[in-house]
Amino acid sequence: MKAGGAAMRAGEELPLLEIEITRTLIVAGAIASRDYQDVHHDAELARRKGSPDIFMNILTTNGLVGRYITDHFGPGATLRKVAIRLGAPNYPGDTMVLTGRIEETDGDTATVRVLGANGIGRHVTGTVTVTLPREAGA
Amino acid sequence: MGGRQAQAASPAVVDELGARLKEFEGRAAAVAGTGKDPVNEPMIRHWCEALGDTNPAYTGPNAIAPPTMLQAWTMGGLSGHTGRTQAYDELFDLLDEAGCTSVVATDCEQEYLRPLRPGDEVTFDAVIESVSDRKTTKLGTGYFVTTRMDVRVGQDLVGTHRFRILKYAPARQKQKRQQEEKQARARRPRPVVNRDNAGFWEGVAQHRLLIQRCADCGTLRHPWLPGCNTCGGPDWDTIEASGEGSVYSYVVMHHPPFPAFAPPYAVGLIELAEGVRIVSNVVGVPYDKVRIGLPVRLEFQRYDDDEDAVPLVLPVFRVQEGREGGAG
Repeated sequence: MKAGGAAMRAGEELPLLEIEITRTLIVAGAIASRDYQDVHHDAELARRKGSPDIFMNILTTNGLVGRYITDHFGPGATLRKVAIRLGAPNYPGDTMVLTGRIEETDGDTATVRVLGANGIGRHVTGTVTVTLPREAGA
Repeated sequence: MGGRQAQAASPAVVDELGARLKEFEGRAAAVAGTGKDPVNEPMIRHWCEALGDTNPAYTGPNAIAPPTMLQAWTMGGLSGHTGRTQAYDELFDLLDEAGCTSVVATDCEQEYLRPLRPGDEVTFDAVIESVSDRKTTKLGTGYFVTTRMDVRVGQDLVGTHRFRILKYAPARQKQKRQQEEKQARARRPRPVVNRDNAGFWEGVAQHRLLIQRCADCGTLRHPWLPGCNTCGGPDWDTIEASGEGSVYSYVVMHHPPFPAFAPPYAVGLIELAEGVRIVSNVVGVPYDKVRIGLPVRLEFQRYDDDEDAVPLVLPVFRVQEGREGGAG
């Protein structure tokens, strides 16, 4: 377990996580989430719809936000709520840097504000509610 | 598609369309949909591989599915959605006919009531929660459609999933480019990071102001350079600035104006306690109260902290309390 009780303080910043936005990640994420919208795997069709390239689907972003939280708090952490809003798309060749800050804690539950910034802006903003196992949260 | 777009942009047509779209609020979007596959280990593994998620909770005999896979279990895939209502199809047809042919997901709010495990068979019902008024976004003009889905295993509610999409007519490329250029103009210029100064900016990112020190003669230098001005030595290490300093000199910029800066403003040359000088902003006092000799202290400030820009972090110098104006 990476995180102990000390990491569960409001105001605590989570270490950042850099995600390389490769074409493979975008396509693999789309297919693993069963999202076959062409804009997530076919650059030519994406361009015809006004997008410069394929871009990451929301399910992959959602999964990466969840991963960012459980990577930090460890396998005993339980995700209760993930709420995200997308902004600047994740295109191939970019890097998304996830940062997080514990907004508030309530017993063994924390609300974490997450930001994923890429080269063109804020890809994702959101909040995650996570419960830690008793020994870590206490 | 040009003709259809023109239609979407005509207010009379849009008002009528908007009113028709509103009628869909509260109607079912999916009834008794069933997941195409039960929750299963291979799909979990593929998901974890794709996302680089190595959480051991998702493997082994007591594995749970990553909670964020909730929606994945309800996806229709290439063979189409199950349980989707006629109302939902009609809503989409109306939008397509109006030229709003593109879709982008904008929001996803999920609540997980209990973990899903291999073998669980999910069912789902969804309702069209709201359809927005006509909105013009960077992507184009269209409508936000919000649905709310309840996901069940048997009788148990296991999760809820609120999903918002924008269904829109893509903006013309020229408009988009102009918008992007306008935005780019309004942002602060970014530092040029290269091999010689990368260490400085890495320090700034960690809220540390690093000064280069010659490994041969020990002379401190700033800004960062590949070699020592005093002895020519190529090797160096760094020390972290204490953050104390004073205004060594300054200018007030009135002209020319630069897009991300509003003149007049003061540009300070700060002498750090360590002896080197750095060009930076003096904050905490108006531009006309900056004076030579003012004691200042380092802090790190974020710029362009809005929805659309990547925040920029820069070292700035705050005038020490009670010292502004009178000194110098």
